[in-house]
Amino acid sequence: MRVIARLDVKNEWVIKGIQMEGLRKVGDPVEFAKQYYDAGVHEIIFMDAVASLYDRNTLFHIIEAACENVFIPIIIGGGLRSLEDVSSALLAGADKVAINTAAVNNLSLVSQVAGRFGSQCIVGSIEAKRQSDGSWQAYVDNGREPTGLNVLDWVRELEAAGVGEILLTSVDQDGTKRGFDVELFAAVNAITTRPLILSGGYGAPEHLRALSACSQLPNAIAVGSVLHYNRATPADLIALAEGLEGVALAA
Amino acid sequence: MMRVGVIDYGVGNLRSVANALRHVGAEPVVSGDAETLLACERLVFPGVGAFAYGRDALAAKGLDRMVREAADQEIPLLGICVGMQLLFDRSHEFGEHEGLGLIPGDIDAFSPDEGAHPFRLPNVNWLPIAPMPKADGLAGRLLEGVTEHSRFYFVHSYHAPSNNPFAVASAQYVGQPFAAAVAKGSIVATQFHPEKSGPDGLKMLKNFVN
Repeated sequence: MRVIARLDVKNEWVIKGIQMEGLRKVGDPVEFAKQYYDAGVHEIIFMDAVASLYDRNTLFHIIEAACENVFIPIIIGGGLRSLEDVSSALLAGADKVAINTAAVNNLSLVSQVAGRFGSQCIVGSIEAKRQSDGSWQAYVDNGREPTGLNVLDWVRELEAAGVGEILLTSVDQDGTKRGFDVELFAAVNAITTRPLILSGGYGAPEHLRALSACSQLPNAIAVGSVLHYNRATPADLIALAEGLEGVALAA
Repeated sequence: MMRVGVIDYGVGNLRSVANALRHVGAEPVVSGDAETLLACERLVFPGVGAFAYGRDALAAKGLDRMVREAADQEIPLLGICVGMQLLFDRSHEFGEHEGLGLIPGDIDAFSPDEGAHPFRLPNVNWLPIAPMPKADGLAGRLLEGVTEHSRFYFVHSYHAPSNNPFAVASAQYVGQPFAAAVAKGSIVATQFHPEKSGPDGLKMLKNFVN
C-alpha cells in the first residue's frame, strides 16, 4: 500500500479544514513536500483547494520548485480544465493529474488526456458525500456542489473513459481524523478495476486496521492532517500498511 | 561533469529525469536532436503512456535511428519504463506493435493464475527487485547497492517476462514474475522509474553516470 501525502494548497500555502470547510494555513508546500519526501513518503498530491482561476501559475511554480528536491511521483489536482492545463502541469514536473470538475463537465477530457499522455497519467478524483438513502453522491468544488452522479456509477464511467487510478475522498470524513468511510471504500473497492487511493479521515492506526476487514486493501491512502499536525510520520504509516498487507497476504 | 543526453520525443516527465540526473552530479542535456544526443557520454531514454504512441513519436522525430546509432556506437543507454519496452522486438499492448528490436523478446500483458487475488491495472506500486547473478558489466554496476529493503516505483500494465534471456533483475506483481531490469551490451533498462524511486532510485542513477 502506498502512503501518499496530500497537500491541499491555497495560493502559496498548505491549508487544511474539516470536511473541506474552515480552511487554515498550516505551512509552505515546497517545504512540506521536501520534509515528507525525506521522511520516506511514497508520493505527493498537490491539490489546489480553491481551483484558483486567476492564479494557476502559482501552483505550477510550487510544483517546479518542489520537484527539484523531491524524487517520487507527484500528482497535481484542482481546477485543471483542458488538455493545455494538463500539459502545463506535466511540464512543471507532475507525473499525474487528478481531475474532478472538468471530468464531470466534460468526460471526453479524460479520454483525451489518456490518449495523449497515457492512462497512468490521469487520476479520476471523486469527492463522495453520503446521502440520506445510504448511497453516495459525487460532489465538486470541495464538496460544496452536488453533481447528481451516483458515486458507483461515476466510478464505472471514469474507468470506461480511461482513468488509470481513482482518488476517492470522503467529504464527510475529510479532516475529521475520525477514520475513513469504510462502507464507501468497500462499495467502490468491490467494483473498481483500477488502483484505488483512499482519502479523507485518517487519524489513528485503528482506522487503517478497519480496512483489513474488506476483501482487498486500498492500493494507496492519501493523508493530510495527521502528517501536518505531527500525529504520525510517513514511516509509521508505511510500517502499519506493510503489516496489514502481510496479514492480508497470509490470509 | 558527465553530460547525459535525455531523449526528448515529447513523451514523459523529462524535468524529473533532468532534476534527478543533476542531483546525482551529472549534466543533463534534454534534446530531440540526434547529433546533440550522440555527442553525450550517456543517454537516458524515458517514456510513459502507450507503446504505439511512444514508438510513433520517436519515429516522427527520427530518433529511432538515433537510438540504434547509439547502440552501434556503444554509448551507454538507460531505458526507463516505456523507454525500456520500446527497445524490445514487439509489444502486445492494444494489438501487436513493432519496437526497436535492440533487445530480443516481447512485451506482454499480465495473466495471473486463475483464482488469484483480483488484480488491478496498471500496476502502480513500490516493489522490491531481485538482481540476478548474471547481471554483470553495465548492469552489475547499475544494480550495485540494491538490497532486499530497496523499493522502486512501478507504473505499467504490460511487462517483459522474467525468463527473457536479457532480464537482469526481476519483480513480482499478482504472483507473476516479470523483468524489472534488462541489459544487453551497452544498453540497460528498467521497468520502474529510478528518477521517481527516492534515494534507492537516485543511487541507481548515480551508478549509471559514474
